Amino acid sequence: MPGKLKVKIVAGRHLPVMDRASDLTDAFVEVGARSCPSKHRERQVDDEDLQDEPLQITVLDHDTYSANDAIGKVYIDIDPLLYSEAATVISGWFPIYDTIHGIRGEINVVVKVDLFNDLNRFRQSSCGVKFFCTTSIPKCYRAVIIHGFVEELVVNEDPEYQWIDRIRTPRASNEARQRLISLMSGELQRKIGLKVLEMRGNAVVGYLQCFDLEGESGLVVRAIGTACTLDKLSSPATFLPACSSPSKDMKEIPFNEDPNPNTHSSGPSTPLKNQTYSFSPSKSYSRQSSSSDTDLSLTPKTGMGSGSAGKEGGPFKALLRQQTQSALEQREFPFFTLTAFPPGFLVHVGGVVSARSVKLLDRIHNPDEPETRDAWWAEIRQEIKSHAKALGCHAVVGYSESTSICEEVCILSASGTAAVLNPRFLQDGTVEGCLEQRLEENLPTGCGFCHIPYDELNMPFPAHLTYCYNCRKQKVPDVLFTTIDLPTDATVIGKGCLIQARLCRLKKKAQAEANATAISNLLPFMEYEVHTQLMNKLKLKGMNALFGLRIQITVGENMLMGLASATGVYLAALPTPGGIQIAGKTPNDGSYEQHISHMQKKINDTIAKNKELYEINPPEISEEIIGSPIPEPRQRSRLLRSQSESSDEVTELDLSHGKKDAFVLEIDDTDAMEDVHSLLTDVPPPSGFYSCNTEIMPGINNWTSEIQMFTSVRVIRLSSLNLTNQALNKNFNDLCENLLKSLYFKLRSMIPCCLCHVNFTVSLPEDELIQVTVTAVAITFDKNQALQTTKTHVEKSLQRASTDNEELLQFPLELCSDSLPSHPFPPAKAVTVEKASPMGEGNFRNRSAPPCANSTVGVVKMTPLSFIPGAKITKYLGIINMFFIRETTSLREEGGVSGFLHAFIAEVFAMVRAHVAALGGNAVVSYIMKQCVFMENPNKNQAQCLINVSGDAVVFVRESDLEVVPTQQPAANCHPSCTEGEVTT
Amino acid sequence: MTSELDIFVGNTTLIDEDVYRLWLDGYSVSDAVALRVRSGILEQTGATAAVLQSDTMDHYRTFHMLERLLHAPPKLLHQLIFQIPPSRQALLIERYYAFDEAFVREVLGKKLSKGTKKDLDDISTKTGITLKSCRRQFDNFKRVFKVVEEMRGSLVDNIQQHFLLSDRLARDYAAIVFFANNRFETGKKKLQYLSFGDFAFCAELMIQNWTLGAVGEAPTDPDSQMDDMDMDLDKEFLQDLKELKVLVADKDLLDLHKSLVCTALRGKLGVFSEMEANFKNLSRGLVNVAAKLTHNKDVRDLFVDLVEKFVEPCRSDHWPLNDVRLFLNQYSASVHSLDGFRHQALWDRYMGTLRGCLLRLYHD
Repeated sequence: MPGKLKVKIVAGRHLPVMDRASDLTDAFVEVGARSCPSKHRERQVDDEDLQDEPLQITVLDHDTYSANDAIGKVYIDIDPLLYSEAATVISGWFPIYDTIHGIRGEINVVVKVDLFNDLNRFRQSSCGVKFFCTTSIPKCYRAVIIHGFVEELVVNEDPEYQWIDRIRTPRASNEARQRLISLMSGELQRKIGLKVLEMRGNAVVGYLQCFDLEGESGLVVRAIGTACTLDKLSSPATFLPACSSPSKDMKEIPFNEDPNPNTHSSGPSTPLKNQTYSFSPSKSYSRQSSSSDTDLSLTPKTGMGSGSAGKEGGPFKALLRQQTQSALEQREFPFFTLTAFPPGFLVHVGGVVSARSVKLLDRIHNPDEPETRDAWWAEIRQEIKSHAKALGCHAVVGYSESTSICEEVCILSASGTAAVLNPRFLQDGTVEGCLEQRLEENLPTGCGFCHIPYDELNMPFPAHLTYCYNCRKQKVPDVLFTTIDLPTDATVIGKGCLIQARLCRLKKKAQAEANATAISNLLPFMEYEVHTQLMNKLKLKGMNALFGLRIQITVGENMLMGLASATGVYLAALPTPGGIQIAGKTPNDGSYEQHISHMQKKINDTIAKNKELYEINPPEISEEIIGSPIPEPRQRSRLLRSQSESSDEVTELDLSHGKKDAFVLEIDDTDAMEDVHSLLTDVPPPSGFYSCNTEIMPGINNWTSEIQMFTSVRVIRLSSLNLTNQALNKNFNDLCENLLKSLYFKLRSMIPCCLCHVNFTVSLPEDELIQVTVTAVAITFDKNQALQTTKTHVEKSLQRASTDNEELLQFPLELCSDSLPSHPFPPAKAVTVEKASPMGEGNFRNRSAPPCANSTVGVVKMTPLSFIPGAKITKYLGIINMFFIRETTSLREEGGVSGFLHAFIAEVFAMVRAHVAALGGNAVVSYIMKQCVFMENPNKNQAQCLINVSGDAVVFVRESDLEVVPTQQPAANCHPSCTEGEVTT
Repeated sequence: MTSELDIFVGNTTLIDEDVYRLWLDGYSVSDAVALRVRSGILEQTGATAAVLQSDTMDHYRTFHMLERLLHAPPKLLHQLIFQIPPSRQALLIERYYAFDEAFVREVLGKKLSKGTKKDLDDISTKTGITLKSCRRQFDNFKRVFKVVEEMRGSLVDNIQQHFLLSDRLARDYAAIVFFANNRFETGKKKLQYLSFGDFAFCAELMIQNWTLGAVGEAPTDPDSQMDDMDMDLDKEFLQDLKELKVLVADKDLLDLHKSLVCTALRGKLGVFSEMEANFKNLSRGLVNVAAKLTHNKDVRDLFVDLVEKFVEPCRSDHWPLNDVRLFLNQYSASVHSLDGFRHQALWDRYMGTLRGCLLRLYHD
């Protein structure tokens, strides 16, 4: 489907002075959609090409006697113009970017595409498939069908695999690289689009595209996503969550409760540990799973469930399962990259499944056949799939993949959450009608997903099961780890918090196979320790579930780093976590004993303090009830459900057992001592601050509209002398803790606020360097409302504290500072000024101050979340996926490494904002900085950085404005080209 | 463990007003950190010194990057790199162009040249303002001067338009530019008692009445804008001022003038006898100042002359301010009753401004 591309260069400004003699610049512009001359056949371009290649505008300075000098370039991805609903025109000021000098002035461009519709649509191109980075159903759409996993991978040779030794000018090689990557990602997107069309979908949700810079062996661009058929919600005025209709499906939950008797997996001991490590003794380094049951039968469980199925629910349940099974069997990988789901979609959650594999990179000989890389990922996915099976689940949600590369060794990782899904969304179900008839008003909501999907008699791992504390009918595990966001209907007590496990392990420098073997040998220990740390910290917080768990293992020359981040919460449905008990090994020594008891006391204090901090006061009813189960719920369960009597009795025992359970930490060596110490070194955020790595903070819902997205990068150099595991751990721990402390300090004017979607990335750019990159958004919330709740809570806890424990002397102090309405931070003047700031242009017009108000730059918000608090997203304008390289040969002059990177990141933000604004948008949601590769060579005064960011460009309208003047906001954003009519459609 | 790199970049650029002030005042990062520590911020926030150091560095880096844009404030409004709310932009600009009273008194009326810039060291030691801050302030003066030097139209409007300053600050800059352009001497010892505000007040009056721009009658007429030059004094006017000499040269006229003033003020002035005794001296002084203004050098000494010839004699006789006002009013008004004097308009243009200036200059 060919089309006509119209580009108009309107104006330029702030151009650099290129001619020193005259202090002038003779600027002119070259426009090209394809700079490669061989394919530059005609002015008309196929939309296939349009999709692959961005529009490239080069601004040059005319020189009469010498070659023209480049000022910089603007790359415009015209994809959004290719689907009908998104933007129709791209118009605005774009920063002119040069890989050596950064942004040098701006250019005003108008771009339009006329596609000729008469030709065969969707043949090679995948025009019409919408892409979303958002990992939930986008706000103004409804999911008709969620088809499932799509993946694709493209490989090529890296035009510049070693940046320092270069043949051409740095600028030329950087631009070649930028162009290649954007070409590859365009191609990838088109291929994925085709796959989606094959599946009869019309959109990809949770689209995640990554680059693997494999150095000499090449460049891999890979993407995963979830194919969906989306329906635009017709009336934008109704502010409903996507898929409001199937909310009744929640009620179907109990029918899927049947245990799976045929999952005979003898798996690992906790959900998280259900991982395999790829030990690679063979030369080929093919993955070899450590769990013996990877080949477990993939036979459908259709018939089996009926055995325990009840009279009433039985047929439906069987039907449902059959439906689900068949719907999922069709798929090679029943994976979903979504982390939040339409109500009723998620039935049960099994736990985290993950797989890692160590590979040796070799040169990609034929870029057109990326089979090796495909095969690697296929192996890993197969493993994930079998793990999910072992947990009695037929699907994996919150699925993601990542790599870590050091020299020629590459760790491939995949993780997700095993789950049982409702088939309703997976297919154009014919059963819909009859299923929806089922009404189960006796079912408590908000705990269904916690109920175990596996057979309690034949558990895949030893776990303490109890009756659900919410409905008291189904079994639940004592802790739950997941990679997804907290389901909206989940009942949570108190607030959540960010929990991190950090770990470093030294590794001998080695080459190739020896290196891979060493890494493979270390991995299981790291996973185990990360898991133990997470578990300990969770207990220390007095919480029982982790959401949004992301474990990153990074490989370096001489060490491995593990960083796990998750949001801990207290789920009302799960049992209260037991404390942590320290057991010493040498009980004879008196001082040692004293030390242990001292530690024990400190731990107990911390747990109690954390409970106060996060307002975890579960109802205390359980004690009596557990001893003798209250008859009422039991009767109901007997009446309405067909649970076998025997299993009920078993769980009664479990309940009492589970309650007394305390986590025992044995201090038998210095390592364990370290662990305990590190447990206690984590400082809670200052009062008024909360943090989480999920979309929303459990327990806070009164968000106000001020948001501040930020990226913070730190690099530390380790002194090579003290490289022991302990010292490393301490350094790494300090690095992360200090980084967080810095964030809290910097954002103190926003208090009370919450850091959401805190995303840590660790990389080891060199031998002794550790780089940590954090992207998150700080959102303010209503102080008064929050204060009220804390006040009542504080009062309560004060009473409790006084009656309970006199030892806890620091309590009253803590509480006082908590309950004070004014925070111990500087006065709120700064807050008020900033509060009005982000969108409050109107406020400043009234000021008598200088004519600053007539700024023409519209505010573009950026957030890693899928929503904007206090606002409604009215339109998705397309995906933003940008890749930039910046290099300098005058590092000192640009303010050293910090100055260089600071400027670059600010420039990247600016370019993202400019593109969004040109599309007629006023925000980027689901923004993510996927890569920030920084290399320096201070001796040569050089540095280079690669950044890859993505997100969804959207138009949002403030809820307050919505009632008064709908669609005024985005149109007012200095984009007259964005007609109002479009905004409303 | 040493920190190699440490940055924080927000989508909305964070501006800490306190750190901005420290930066503007020219403190180094370590001095700024020390000052912040002394302000008790660590106790307030529970932060560590390391956190403060990193925060200060971050802000300094941001300011450093913003400085280039602050040199041309409209650029700050239109640039895309830093997303800064308009109120904060205004604050950044206003604070950047703000100056210290002590500093401006040192350079007011001096040529904004390299030579003066070399003296900044001494000014820094003398005033206690850091050299860095002195340089910024000096460069601001010079930058504004360069931009508006050749421009037509109202000086204040031009400054406001090109530097987006508040009305108050733009007026101050107009005074600085005007003084620098006319090189009025302000540094003499006998002028030390005068504040920048005094001079700025005089400058405003002079711009309004004595410059080419002041002649443009109708502000609505677009052509009149073309001739509106606020920087230079109206040469023709200065030439004409010679004509006023007749007021003191013609003895009859002088006596008549004196008697008119004395008659009107008799009984109203506490220092009547002193006035009566000094009238001729004072009048001679004021008229001679006017007559001398044809020479550039004498223009420069305008304020020295005014203080010498009028302020000091009155002050030595302990005239109260109100008496000075009454005298000056009567002194200017009485000229209208002098039949033999033909330059009434010229006199009013001269004395109107001078009266305002003298009243402002008359204090301890």
